[in-house]
Amino acid sequence: MRDVRLHAGIPVKPVYGPEDLAGRDAARDIGQPGEYPFTRGIHRNMYRDRLWTMRQYIGFGTPAETNARFKYLMAHGQDALNVAFDLPTQLGLDSDDPRADGEVGRVGMAIDTLADMEEAFAGIPLDRVSVSLTINGMAAPITAMYYAVAEKQGAAPERVVTTPQNDILKEFVARGTWIYPVDPSLRLVGDLIEFSARQYPRSNPVSVCGYHIREAGCTTAQEMAYGLAIAAAYIDMMVRRGMAVDDFAPRVSFNFTCWGKIFEEAAKFRAGRRLYARMVRERFGATNPKSCMFRSLIGGGGSAFTVQEPENNIVRGAYIALAAALSGAQTMALPTYDEAYTIPSAKAQLIALRTMQICAEESGAADTADPLAGSYFVEALTNEMEAKILEELAAVERMGGIVEAVKSGALQAEVARQAYLFEQKLVSGEIPKVAVNCHVGERAAEADREVELYAFDPSVAARQVAKLAKIRGERDDRAARAALSRLTDEARGTANLMPAIMEAVKAYATLGEICQAMKTVFGEHKEPVKW
Amino acid sequence: MKVLIAKPGLDGHDRGAKVVAHALRDAGVEVVYSGLKRTPEEIVQEAIQEDVDAVGLSVLSGAHLPLARRVLDGLRAQGAGDIRVIVGGIIPPKDVDALVALGVARVFPMGTALPDIVKFFQEATS
Repeated sequence: MRDVRLHAGIPVKPVYGPEDLAGRDAARDIGQPGEYPFTRGIHRNMYRDRLWTMRQYIGFGTPAETNARFKYLMAHGQDALNVAFDLPTQLGLDSDDPRADGEVGRVGMAIDTLADMEEAFAGIPLDRVSVSLTINGMAAPITAMYYAVAEKQGAAPERVVTTPQNDILKEFVARGTWIYPVDPSLRLVGDLIEFSARQYPRSNPVSVCGYHIREAGCTTAQEMAYGLAIAAAYIDMMVRRGMAVDDFAPRVSFNFTCWGKIFEEAAKFRAGRRLYARMVRERFGATNPKSCMFRSLIGGGGSAFTVQEPENNIVRGAYIALAAALSGAQTMALPTYDEAYTIPSAKAQLIALRTMQICAEESGAADTADPLAGSYFVEALTNEMEAKILEELAAVERMGGIVEAVKSGALQAEVARQAYLFEQKLVSGEIPKVAVNCHVGERAAEADREVELYAFDPSVAARQVAKLAKIRGERDDRAARAALSRLTDEARGTANLMPAIMEAVKAYATLGEICQAMKTVFGEHKEPVKW
Repeated sequence: MKVLIAKPGLDGHDRGAKVVAHALRDAGVEVVYSGLKRTPEEIVQEAIQEDVDAVGLSVLSGAHLPLARRVLDGLRAQGAGDIRVIVGGIIPPKDVDALVALGVARVFPMGTALPDIVKFFQEATS
C-alpha cells in the first residue's frame, strides 16, 4: 500500500475509527463553534450569519490605475480590498530614488505622498469599505496616510476598518521588506498597534502572517507554530508597554495559507485556534473571549500553482477555496491562475473572485459551521497537528525564542532547509504535481504563450516621478521639513511616533523622507545571511 | 568551480535562490549566496573578489532587464566579462530572448526543473 505522509510529517492511515479519539475530552477540546477554545470556529453560526469577506490582493502601476481595478472588482461583488504596494513603497524609497529603478509600479501601486493615497481611494468610502494594506516596514506611515485620507473624506474614526499587515517579524524570515534593525522595527509595530487601538478602535493594526513563511518553504505545522510565536511576541511587547491584553488583543488578526491537502489544512486551523485561545487566556490572562479568537484571512498559496498548463490552476484555486471554507476563514483571497507568470490580469482576478463566490453560494460549504467536526480522521489529525505545532514551538524556544531566532537567522536557515527538502520531493515525485511530475503530456510543458497576461506599462515610473516633483513643488516645504525634524527628534526618545508621522504625512512629506527621518536614528538592518 | 548566487534589486523572495544554492552545493559546486537587496554594483564587486566562474541572479519582481543589464555592463567594465551570468525567476517568455540578447548565458524562468539548473551550471563552469 502507498505510504502517505502530510507536509507536517504526520503519516496518514487508510482508515480511522473511534479508537483514534480515545482518551480525549470532546467538550473541552472540541466544544462548540463560537465558544472557547474555538476549535470549531470563532462564530456560533459561522457563514449562516455572515459569509467570509472576499478580498483579492490588488495593486499595480499608479494609484489611478489601481483605483480603477478596485472599482472593477467591487462592481463584480468583491466586498473588501487588499492593497498591494510596489517594492520602493514597501521599502520606503521614493519613485525617483535611483534604487527604485525598474521597480516603480511593478508588483503593486506606487505611493510617494498622501496625494497618491487620496487618488487610490477616490470614490471609495472608507467608512464603509474595509481595506487591508499589505505593508510592513512602512506600515506606520502608510497607515497614517490611510487615516489621513479617511479623515479628509469625513469618515468617523470609529467607522474606519483597516488592516495594515504590520508584521515585521515575518518579513525578516520571508518576503524581505525589512528596513530598520529588529528592535526599532518592533517599536514601530507597537506604536501603530497602540495608536490604532486608541484612535481607530475597529482597525486591525496587526495581521500576523504564517502565510509568507509557508510560501518561503516551511511546513504546515511550522507555519502555525511560527505565526503563534510571532503573535505571542507582539502581545508580550504590548503588555510590557503597559497595555491591558483585552485592550488590543480582540483586534489582532492573522493571515495564513491553505494550499495543501484539504484535511491537513483544516486540522491545522482547528488546532491553531485551540492553541491560540489557550495561550491568550492562560499565558496572557485575557478575559474577553474576543481576545482569544484566531481571526484569519485564509487562502492564497501561489506556490501551489504551476506555470505548466496554467488553466489547471483554476481547479487548484477551487480546492483552496473549499479548504479555506472548511478551515473557518473570516476572509478569503485566492491566487490567480496566471500567478506563476506575472501579477494578475483583470480576467484572472475575476475568475478568482467567481471561484470564491461559487464556493460560497453553490457548493454548500457555507451551510453549516465546521462540517468536518466529529470526523474520526479530522479530529485525530487536529490532535496530531496540535502536538506537531507544539514541537515546532519548542524548537523555536531552543533557538532562543522567535525574536532571537530571527536576529540570528536560525529560523531563516530552517525555512530554507525545508524549502530544499520540498523541492527534492517534487523532483523525485514523492510530492505529486499534475502535468509537472506526473501525468505529463507527450510534449514537455513549456511556458504557455497563449495566456493573456497583464502588460506592464513602462510609462508608469515617469508619470509617478512627475507627480512627485509636482507635489514637492506645491507643498508648504517649511511645514514638511519641520514635521520631519520632529519625527527624527522623537525617534531618539521613546514616545509613540504615530502623531509625528501623521503630521509629516499631512504636510505631504514623501514616504522616502519619512523613512529617512527615522533611518537617521534607527540605522539599517544587516541581514544574517543563513541558508 | 565557484558560483555567486545573488538577489539584485529590491525583491525579497529568496526561496528560489536558496534552493538553487543548496542544490549546487550538494552537486559539489562552491556557492556564495550574498543575501537580499544587493545592488548590481555590489554584485559585480563580490563576483570579482570571490573570483567566481558564474553569477546566478534571482529576480521575481519584474525588474530583471535593467538589473541584468547593469550587472553585465559592470562585469565588462571591470574586465570580468568572462564571468557568465545566469538569470532565474519570474521571467515572462518574451523577456527570455531580450535577456539573452543582453549577454545572459542562460535564463531559467518559472517552471524550470531543479536538475536542469544544476546541470547547466556544472557544464557552464567546467
